[in-house]
Amino acid sequence: MSDILILLIKIVAALVWFLVLTLYLTWLERKESAIMQDRIGANRADFFGIRVIGLFQPFADAIKMMFKEDFTPTFSRRFIHNLAPFVAFFFTAVTVQAIPFGDVLRVGGKEIKLQVLDIDVGILFILAMLSFTVYGVLLSGWASNSRWTLLGGLRGTAQLVSYEVALGLSLIGLVMVFPSLRFSSIVNYQGELLFGWLPQWGILLQPLGFIVFLFASLAESERVPFDLPEGESEIVGFFTEYSGLKWGLYMFTSFMKVLLIACLLTTLFFGGYHVPWLNPDGFHFPWGGEWLLPHGIVVLFQIIMFNVKVIFFCWLQILIRWTYPRFRYDQLMDFGWKFLVPLSVINIVATAIVMTLLK
Amino acid sequence: MTELFLVFLINGLLGVVLVVVNKITGPKRTNPIKETPYECGSPYLQDRIYPIPIKYYMVAFLFLVFDVEVVFFYPWALIFKKIGSPALIFMFAYIAILGIGFVYAWKKGAFQWEK
Repeated sequence: MSDILILLIKIVAALVWFLVLTLYLTWLERKESAIMQDRIGANRADFFGIRVIGLFQPFADAIKMMFKEDFTPTFSRRFIHNLAPFVAFFFTAVTVQAIPFGDVLRVGGKEIKLQVLDIDVGILFILAMLSFTVYGVLLSGWASNSRWTLLGGLRGTAQLVSYEVALGLSLIGLVMVFPSLRFSSIVNYQGELLFGWLPQWGILLQPLGFIVFLFASLAESERVPFDLPEGESEIVGFFTEYSGLKWGLYMFTSFMKVLLIACLLTTLFFGGYHVPWLNPDGFHFPWGGEWLLPHGIVVLFQIIMFNVKVIFFCWLQILIRWTYPRFRYDQLMDFGWKFLVPLSVINIVATAIVMTLLK
Repeated sequence: MTELFLVFLINGLLGVVLVVVNKITGPKRTNPIKETPYECGSPYLQDRIYPIPIKYYMVAFLFLVFDVEVVFFYPWALIFKKIGSPALIFMFAYIAILGIGFVYAWKKGAFQWEK
């Protein structure tokens, strides 16, 4: 009984962490773009007269969207029109449950893993769920029965499935180096030390795989420079005929994907929750120092480190989004098929050869 | 299994609530202009969806072929460290077959978006 209770608490905690951080990601995006463009950004929303640099803005936006009209056009296919945002939201929200937030937490003789779904095919699970989000784009474009939405939906689908290939191929080199598909074991492998002092993070062993994964996942998130399906200034996008909270769900999903990509980059290539040289009993520095810490503090360090890395990658993605112009569609397809796919195959071959030579 | 079921249940319930709640809280006002598809302000020109370019179909086809091949890589990658050099030879044969298909598709212009 208590196991189920712990499980429920973990699921809800992970979900709340994900949703709240996503809400504040919208705030971060507005503020960061404002700073880059020499503006002030959102600072008006107040809570009983208290304005804290616009920190209440995400909640004001959410409440506003909830009380807007939810308009389902009569010319649309009504059921699928309602189903599409649900599909997009659901399959993105599920993925974060497979991410490890920290190592084992021991409370009162119980060992709690700080990860909800510790399944042994974690990478395949995430890739499968990300593939399902294609349906959210395709169905919304088709069910709205308008030509802009159809164009956006088709563009989005073609883009997502093209980059899916590069995304899958880029992780194979990583699986070869850390022979497991389970996220917790991949993170544990990254906790080991190279040459006795260098943390064995994925990016050091798989630099080329990291580059391919970064570009492919940026394309999966459908933001500038890969925002062809949405293309604010040319076609309006696959959610043209949506309003209210259903439109909000699409916006929310795109931010959730940014956060998810930051989580995946952290977990797979940057050591997950590992702090360099932090062992379960405290720091063991390679130059010979020691700093022993109690168990709770170590777990706290790990969770904070995970969040710091995740927020760094969110910041990086927002920086990219506000720096580069949009690709043309043929450039996008060329970049995916003619550059990233061959590059990831080269990465697999190079990894195989180097591993055989070093053996 | 319980974990997966509970995760899907809780996330699914949240998704359903988010889609439905707006129907209850939002206003409902309609007019004839609102009931036409969005057309950038001009009168509505098309009443149905025309055939779509075949290029999108080609992309879907290529995706199907190559993504299945990607999935076949994973079991090999998992046991590569254990098996060592024999696995290397098998995989080079597999990559060669994949490469021939890839080069063929490239030469045929399957990746060429605009002629």
